Amino acid sequence: MPSALPLGLPAPEDGVLPPSAAEGASDRAFCLYVHIPFCAVRCGYCDFNTYTATELGGGASQDAYAGSVLAELALGAQALEASGVPSRPLSTVFFGGGTPTLLPAEDLAAILRAARDQWSLAPDAEVTTEANPDSVTPESLRVLRDAGFTRISFGMQSAVPHVLAVLDRTHSPERVPQAVQWAREAGLKVSLDLIYGTPGESLEDWRTSLTTALSYGPDHISAYALIIEDGTKLASRIRRGQVPPIDDDDHADKYALADELLTAGGLQWYEVSNWARTPADACQHNLAYWRGSDWWGAGPGAHSHVGGTRWWNVKHPRPYADALAAGRSPAAGREVLSDEDRYVEDVMLRVRLREGLATDTLTTSGRRAVAGLIADGLVEPAAAFAGRVVLTFRGRLLADAVVRRLLPD
Amino acid sequence: MSPMARTAPVPAATDPAIIRNFCIIAHIDHGKSTLADRMLQLTGAVEQRDMKAQYLDRMDIERERGITIKSQAVRLPWEVDGTAYALNMIDTPGHVDFTYEVSRSLAACEGAILLVDAAQGIEAQTLANLYLAMENNLTIIPVLNKIDLPAAQPEKYAAELASLIGGEPEDVLMVSGKTGVGVEALMDKIVRDLPAPTGDPNAPARAMIFDSVYDTYRGVVTYVRVVDGHLSPRERIQMMSTRATHELLEIGVSSPEPKPSKGLGVGEVGYLITGVKDVRQSKVGDTVTTLAKPATESLGGYQDPKPMVFSGLYPLDGTDYPVLRDALAKFTLNDAALVYEPETSAALGFGFRVGFLGLLHLEITRERLEREYNLDLISTAPNVEYEVTLEDKHVLKVTNPSEYPVGKIAEVREPMVSATILAPSEFVGAIMELCQQRRGVLGGMDYLSEDRVEIRYRLPLAEIVFDFFDLLKSKTRGYGSLDWKADGDQVSDLVKVDILLQGDQVDAFSAITHRDKAYAYGVMMTGKLRELIPRQQFEVPIQAAIGARIIARESIRAIRKDVLAKCYGGDITRKRKLLEKQKEGKKRMKMVGRVEVPQEAFIAALSSDESKDKAKK
Repeated sequence: MPSALPLGLPAPEDGVLPPSAAEGASDRAFCLYVHIPFCAVRCGYCDFNTYTATELGGGASQDAYAGSVLAELALGAQALEASGVPSRPLSTVFFGGGTPTLLPAEDLAAILRAARDQWSLAPDAEVTTEANPDSVTPESLRVLRDAGFTRISFGMQSAVPHVLAVLDRTHSPERVPQAVQWAREAGLKVSLDLIYGTPGESLEDWRTSLTTALSYGPDHISAYALIIEDGTKLASRIRRGQVPPIDDDDHADKYALADELLTAGGLQWYEVSNWARTPADACQHNLAYWRGSDWWGAGPGAHSHVGGTRWWNVKHPRPYADALAAGRSPAAGREVLSDEDRYVEDVMLRVRLREGLATDTLTTSGRRAVAGLIADGLVEPAAAFAGRVVLTFRGRLLADAVVRRLLPD
Repeated sequence: MSPMARTAPVPAATDPAIIRNFCIIAHIDHGKSTLADRMLQLTGAVEQRDMKAQYLDRMDIERERGITIKSQAVRLPWEVDGTAYALNMIDTPGHVDFTYEVSRSLAACEGAILLVDAAQGIEAQTLANLYLAMENNLTIIPVLNKIDLPAAQPEKYAAELASLIGGEPEDVLMVSGKTGVGVEALMDKIVRDLPAPTGDPNAPARAMIFDSVYDTYRGVVTYVRVVDGHLSPRERIQMMSTRATHELLEIGVSSPEPKPSKGLGVGEVGYLITGVKDVRQSKVGDTVTTLAKPATESLGGYQDPKPMVFSGLYPLDGTDYPVLRDALAKFTLNDAALVYEPETSAALGFGFRVGFLGLLHLEITRERLEREYNLDLISTAPNVEYEVTLEDKHVLKVTNPSEYPVGKIAEVREPMVSATILAPSEFVGAIMELCQQRRGVLGGMDYLSEDRVEIRYRLPLAEIVFDFFDLLKSKTRGYGSLDWKADGDQVSDLVKVDILLQGDQVDAFSAITHRDKAYAYGVMMTGKLRELIPRQQFEVPIQAAIGARIIARESIRAIRKDVLAKCYGGDITRKRKLLEKQKEGKKRMKMVGRVEVPQEAFIAALSSDESKDKAKK
């Protein structure tokens, strides 16, 4: 079962937002996220909202899916207009999943075209899709490039077969360099996703994954500690003692190794779990999340945010398709953030970034906490004197604790 | 012969010759309350439709735990050979902590029913109370209860009882409180075998208080046994220990609901209401006389209740402190043995140091405070009262390790108890080992029967207040039973062990122990805390120290990772809510220096391993 949606207020059928959402919108970037809820197989660690073809049918099938997304984009444009939110060109578009490349490249292209028709694309817009190394071909990558995609993010996860096996990843490691090369030839920027701390993975295994990934010359690498989510197959295997549990100290060692090797390999951290070759190679779409920009999230279970209102769609593809077929918003719930909530989120998200958090946005108690954080070696002193809270290496590993100390009790 | 008396004798005008005063000596679980229920029904004292199980146990906690905390007296009519008698059954508390109350109940009677479970045999506390009754020259009626149980061994235990009190096994009555078998015969035997009370009706009034209970509506209800003279309504009475006088607003008998009477005469048992609001003004063991014609000599045997075990009680939520304060004030209205004073702990905040008669008294009081006032409490490890003499001859009483003086100590005395343990003989080795570990000195050993022994030890009270009883139970597979009474004090080589977290002393974990055990305590407590305290952003050394000398050391490694790997669009709401939850959790932390210690760690560290296991089940 994919993870549960939050509890919130009911969302109206027409998707219209409260007046507060429109305030200051013209100063904020606007982005689009498109969720593709399909996978060839379900991985044992994954709690994302995704389904295999055999789990779905009827109006929720892969074939009809693009049509539902097009309907949501049309509804979204209408709802924003009705809410008084000015139309802005899209700064970024991101297709995530699931495995977006399980859809024909033509479907992804059609969705991007529809988005462009509704809002237009900013001249330097970043358009990314996630992909499984197995599900791309030179032809499909060219179709994407021609449609306006600029970037592809491959779920490499590991270069070590026994680690991939625990994760239930089906691709063979040899496919990755080939997929990377095809993407380069098609003119796309390349990012690789890695996972560390999988049960049974040694520090040497992880070193192998990192050096292998670097040897492919990507523009960007995301390295995530494996999170054991409730309800996943991996969680129950750990509970039954079939695989060893997660060890935070092991995670810390592997994070240190990642930061060391990636930095040596010419990439620089710009967020706790993300490294890029140049600032321009940082994922602009994800930066938009951390900087509190506006975005529309299309697709089942997708979350959206516009000016302090967050909402999320129904999770399952079938009621999602049904709502749109009936001309209704697929939103399942929403929350309108209080000033305090917005402050909490701002601290919680921006502190993860290398650009940090401006000290003058902190409350008095937050500013007072900074000295203690410097003393404990969690915050860079020089940056703090220059007016920004930037995490040290140790601070990155304890970022949540830093957030708790910056926020009022 | 009709079991139910046709005309019950009238209170205040009852000839002592037709009065029988008795109590029931029994162990917890041996069926005293159930037998009392049958007597109430059989004599018609309680109508069938009003009957409920354990009628005389008024508090929920008494019914749940199957123990009687406060005793009560009931007047039961019973007819034998055409004569109507008045039987006064004085219910007695069934636990070692309340020995003094038991002794006063016994002093109010001429006879006692020795009630023993036919499947378990006599237990240590019952034996102790039996000896007490025999010292008071009470006539004993031995009774085996629960003879309907398949596991009952009436012959075996009848022989045991007979050998204890003298007489033949055939003299032991067989009853079942559950089915009622043998209860009528028991009532008849009470009338025939127990002596009638004697006293001088013309002498100045003397009545002994054997219980006193606070009632929200009526104030203090005092239960008395009249020895000499007569008490009448509206009279002014006097408490002989304090010389305080009160007007007798109401006097009567319980049958078992209160029934006002024209007074109480020689040998009668009943209640008095004077309008006082605090049981301390109507003390168990005191003698009541009249102001108009006061007696010159009290009945004797009065003692002030002496708290033996002390523990700090702290509300988990500091804002509950006033609730706890008011609750304790209310409790003392009905519990003359409970003493308390405010106390501050650096680790636990504001609370009270409370003195109890024993561990059960502590447990029951704490449980009632939590239940009746909706409080969550931390109780610190129980302590006894030490007498510390400094080199300058100054003497201190110490009930809290944090008050233990630093510096020149000439001598420390600790309270001692004489303990009696009854158990099947196969466990003698295990029991002796346990008592030796607890610095006990063997006093003697006797066989009660072929396979049951009575072992007597002199032990420091401090060694039995924490987990001794639990260990005794587990080492004897539940068969061992314990009784103890105070037995002076002795000089001991005691030290205070402090526990330091990151160099800061945590007063709640300090303990006074024998020097030989200080190391073991230090290792145990530092090890426990290492498990219980979550990792912090920095390494936390945990040390045990005697003064400046470190005797044990552990350390909690610094947490190295506390960050969520992914925080994208769909994670933000979830993450913010998690953060709010973590902040709530932080409120349940106590700060010791810079170390966050969860409340649960205090509770777990201060409870014995045994009770932790129980909590897990």
